[in-house]
Amino acid sequence: MIPLSYYLIVSAVLFAIGTAGVFLRRNLITILLSIEIMLNAVNLSFVAFGRYAGDFDGQIITFFVMTVAAAEAAVGLALVIALFRHRESLNPDAFTSLKW
Amino acid sequence: MLALIPLFPFLGFVVNAMLGRRLPKSVSGGLASLAMLASFAVSVLSVLQLAGLPPEARAIDQSLYTWIASGDLNIALAFRVDPLSAVMILVITGIGSLIHVYSTAYMHDEVDSEFARYFSYLNLFAAFMLVLVLGSSLPVLFVGWEGVGLCSYLLIGFWYKKQSANDAGKKAFVVNRIGDYAFILGMLALFAKFGTLDFQGIASAVAVLPPETEFGALSLAALLLFIGATGKSAQIPLYTWLPDAMEGPTPVSALIHAATMVTAGVYMIGRNAVLFSHAPQTMMIVAVIGALTALMAGTIGLVQNDIKRVLAYSTVSQLGYMFLAMGVGAFGAGIFHLYTHAFFKALLFLGSGAVIHALNGEQDIRNMGGLRKELPITYRTFLIGAIAIAGVPPLAGFFSKDEILFETFVDGHTLLWVIGIATSLLTATYMFRLVFLTFWGERQHSGLGTRDSGFDDHHRVPDPGSRIPAHGHGSSSHLHDAPPAMALALVILAIGSVGAGWIGWPHAIGGNNQLGAWLEPAFEARLASGEAAPAAAEALPPGEAAAEAESHEDLEWTLMVFSSVVAIMGIALAYGVWVKRRDIAAAWADRLAPVYTTLLNKYYVDELYDATIVQPIKAASTEGLWRWFDVRVIDGAVNGAGSIVEDSAAVLRRLQTGSVRAYAGSLFVGVVVILGYYLWR
Repeated sequence: MIPLSYYLIVSAVLFAIGTAGVFLRRNLITILLSIEIMLNAVNLSFVAFGRYAGDFDGQIITFFVMTVAAAEAAVGLALVIALFRHRESLNPDAFTSLKW
Repeated sequence: MLALIPLFPFLGFVVNAMLGRRLPKSVSGGLASLAMLASFAVSVLSVLQLAGLPPEARAIDQSLYTWIASGDLNIALAFRVDPLSAVMILVITGIGSLIHVYSTAYMHDEVDSEFARYFSYLNLFAAFMLVLVLGSSLPVLFVGWEGVGLCSYLLIGFWYKKQSANDAGKKAFVVNRIGDYAFILGMLALFAKFGTLDFQGIASAVAVLPPETEFGALSLAALLLFIGATGKSAQIPLYTWLPDAMEGPTPVSALIHAATMVTAGVYMIGRNAVLFSHAPQTMMIVAVIGALTALMAGTIGLVQNDIKRVLAYSTVSQLGYMFLAMGVGAFGAGIFHLYTHAFFKALLFLGSGAVIHALNGEQDIRNMGGLRKELPITYRTFLIGAIAIAGVPPLAGFFSKDEILFETFVDGHTLLWVIGIATSLLTATYMFRLVFLTFWGERQHSGLGTRDSGFDDHHRVPDPGSRIPAHGHGSSSHLHDAPPAMALALVILAIGSVGAGWIGWPHAIGGNNQLGAWLEPAFEARLASGEAAPAAAEALPPGEAAAEAESHEDLEWTLMVFSSVVAIMGIALAYGVWVKRRDIAAAWADRLAPVYTTLLNKYYVDELYDATIVQPIKAASTEGLWRWFDVRVIDGAVNGAGSIVEDSAAVLRRLQTGSVRAYAGSLFVGVVVILGYYLWR
């Protein structure tokens, strides 16, 4: 059996990749995709913990996370479309007018 | 039953205040007068009931409910009638009723709503005054004390469209506050020392102590109470409001500023007689202040030209006599003078009101004269009042004033006695100056423009249309003497001014001074039976007292004759100057011009107070409290709080960049820091 730490390392790597994507990419859609990667990294660790503990709690939470992620993607993409129509751009640095 | 006495006028006040503007004058005035008469009837019944009790047990108590209960402080709203308050309630309700009746005629030119307002104030005043004299503890007395002060303010400023009346009302109110402050301090001092504010409680607690030889706690408390009395009863240094209070309607001057309210201070000292007699140093202050006030006000009264102001200074002067009596320990004599003074001073004020009424608002005696034939009732009653106040036997003023002077002399205060006699001479002189200038000689017709101040008491009506043409100033016009309601009050008071003194007929001329004997128990602490009479009580054994009284009789005779001669001399002097040789008065005024102007300007006391107290307070309030404290400190704190928020926000708003990535970054860093803290701590 593959030890728990392997899963956790993969999860952490995926999470780091997702975080880096959120901060470094200049495209809103890519950023949304990076957030999905972060969520799935978390899902992976939940499932791994659930398997390791021998119950289904981790898998149940994963289903919740997937549901929320689907909803989030729907709302997020709708906002991206609205923003694009407004500014003809997907670069988040174009949307900084909401400040003092 | 006692509660009914103040309750009747209070109900009259409520009805007139609520419905008065819709009631015709006959109803509102009649109602107010009936309320007073009902109160008078209940008072008489109470006093009769009181008189039926044995002398040492003469007190009727009625406790309505516990008013304040807080720790050691337990004050019941309780009334008590004892011989002292019995005299007071009879004076207040009796003379009060007459003045109400008089007012129905005097105020008849007012519109209905003003008329009802006047009577509601007057009834409210009577209710508070009765609470003042019936209250069985200092706080209840103080309720009445403040209440009458309020009514005094309202009635002085009754003609509120006249600025001088407003100013006079405010002056009275403010000056009284100074005294009231000291009064409250005195109450607190007594409570701190004895833990009670009930008169009987204080009296019995004080009675077991020896009289203070030095100025101690009792003297201080008594002095503070006396300062309160100087405000209410117009003594030096707080007397200045009373002459100005003459801006009010004349019946108000008679009731409040002559017969009843201003005597509250005298009553208060009489009520606390045991306390004051244990504070000899304060008593000395009281006596000296009383004598000085009597003399000073008498001298001012000699040169004033406004009929009501002369009477006002005369009131201040007579109140000085009462305080002199209180100060030398002759409490009975002081209350006796209070009682007789109420009659003749109310009579004189109402008489002056009748003159003013007939002359359509004229108050300057230089524009009067010759009214003897035209106003016979007014003239005769006024003359009786003047003789009574001058102290000619056997009218009321003689007995009471003589008793005061006698007690002062016997007590060894020769200088105070000399001042008293001098004042007596002055009293007779200025009163008869008033009589001669007003009623004798020829009618003077100086133009209205020559009047030196704007006191136009009676017909200051806003709309000239309501003036009654028949009451004109024209020489040929017939003057109306007092209408029936006014004449009734004048005649009854004149009878009182003649006979009221007889119940205090002194022993020396075959009387038995019933009033003195009646009042005696009120000035002593009522001790529980079995308790030994305190060593402090100065009462001599009966035999010795009788022997002493015997030796005093000759002295009393001498003094009596002397003071009668002085009174008659005063009248003769006034006759010589203002009837025979009127030019003498003017010549003296010229020769003694500095003295004359000083007196005419009332010793410049108002100016002095203005310069030393009013203006500094104004300046301190404007520059210190307003321009510095309010603008800098208060506004500074408020504006400062605002600008601190503004300045810090100007810095903090830089954090809101609008960049989504910056927000996400700070979120991330925050989560890392918090998690890191929990993982590695």
